[in-house]
Amino acid sequence: MDDKTSDHTALKKTPLHALHVSLGAKMVPFAGYDMPVQYPAGVLKEHLQTRAASGLFDVSHMGQVIVKARSGAYEDAALALESLVPVDILGLKEGRQRYGFFTDENGGILDDLMITNRGDHLLVVVNAACKEADIAHMKAHLSGCDVTPLEDRALLALQGPRAEAVLAEFWPDVTDMKFMDVCDASLHDVPCIISRSGYSGEDGFEISVPAESAEQIAKALLEDPHCMPIGLGARDSLRLEAGLCLYGNDIDTDTSPIEAALEWAIQKARRNGGARSGGFPGAGRILDELTNGTSRRRVGLKPEGKAPVRSHAKLYADAEGRREIGEVTSGTFGPSVEGPVAMGYVPTDFAEAGTQVFAEVRGRYLPVAVAALPFITPTYKR
Amino acid sequence: MLKFTAEHEWLKLEGDIATVGITSHAAEQLGDLVFVELPEVGAELTKDGNAATVESVKAASDVYCPLDGEVTEINQAIVDDPSLVNSDPQGAAWFFKLKLKNVSDADALLDESAYKELIG
Repeated sequence: MDDKTSDHTALKKTPLHALHVSLGAKMVPFAGYDMPVQYPAGVLKEHLQTRAASGLFDVSHMGQVIVKARSGAYEDAALALESLVPVDILGLKEGRQRYGFFTDENGGILDDLMITNRGDHLLVVVNAACKEADIAHMKAHLSGCDVTPLEDRALLALQGPRAEAVLAEFWPDVTDMKFMDVCDASLHDVPCIISRSGYSGEDGFEISVPAESAEQIAKALLEDPHCMPIGLGARDSLRLEAGLCLYGNDIDTDTSPIEAALEWAIQKARRNGGARSGGFPGAGRILDELTNGTSRRRVGLKPEGKAPVRSHAKLYADAEGRREIGEVTSGTFGPSVEGPVAMGYVPTDFAEAGTQVFAEVRGRYLPVAVAALPFITPTYKR
Repeated sequence: MLKFTAEHEWLKLEGDIATVGITSHAAEQLGDLVFVELPEVGAELTKDGNAATVESVKAASDVYCPLDGEVTEINQAIVDDPSLVNSDPQGAAWFFKLKLKNVSDADALLDESAYKELIG
């Protein structure tokens, strides 16, 4: 077996780095940060713990950015950001969050993000690997707005069916929140911004806290016997079972939102005939694809055997590997599914659930069924 | 006689038959295994060639053949339950048995103290 050693010296640390090390985490480089890939419990137990009870994730490496119009009006910030994302941000109510993506002139995806109406401004959360580029992109294009990264805050994700009960010990009002609600809260007298959302397919919360209080809050949550620390390994298997895209794997500048089956995130107001149709980069292609479809689609893939099928595995129409039709973009063993799960791109005439295709794994062509996403039943509190 | 490789395989030598597995250190580094693929009985393997594949939730890793030889037996138990490799890597979770082409080649492998020194 190969031992891979990595240079940890130039890596950035989140405010919870010392806590991860003290909890015995195995640290790996991820998007320029030294991050916990797993704790002593291991990826399998961490995954199952999150589905059965609750898990605490450090996602402080992600970018939290305030977008505020110099006029002070929410509408001006919303309309400005709408010039970069095909999402109805003007129609987003105060205290509500929406998923979206920055598109480029070719209709590809520059990054995906969460967007919140915070009353007089927007709070956006972007991927760690893209955050410098995203901030530069917003600064360059959002004239009339101040784009301010929140450098001094941590972001914790508390996910799982017990997450509400764990958080309610500190803040009883949490039970009033619904999926994609965002509000201010005080945990142990620390001012936090809490959203009821996440990346696991389970009910849960993301908690933005001042960096200096992050460890205190994380430790307090972990004192609950129903909560365990969860690393990036389980974060990936959880999101894949939930059918959620990982930027850089499942979506990138070579995939359009419609190819990626993300049209649900483009509201009526931004589509043809909508109040603010188009007006975002790549609108020509994306609106055309909404009407006319695409030649390929992102689909769920369920390998029929036990062998995991990993990202970059080639997909074929036949068991002999003669006609290549696509590629796996994410693949792993799904601990809750108790078998391999994957997603990838296939031609649209192969995209119907139940269609059999073949994935090349170590020189063999393994049968894989196109499957509906998600692989699990989400427990979002709508 | 127990021998080791720098690629974290162990070999138990009995006559010209070597029982091969991965070390406790390797199993710990890999984490929870969820899939094991073994060679076929009768396969002729060469030293440092791919012999088996093990997969955790995160990634697939190759297990190399420590010496030239022919596979005489495989351990179906670890295919049926890969977690056995994590719980008993240097015992019940052996991978395969190899009829060695040249028994004396085993002399060049690491002994237990040399392997322990290697992994620190």
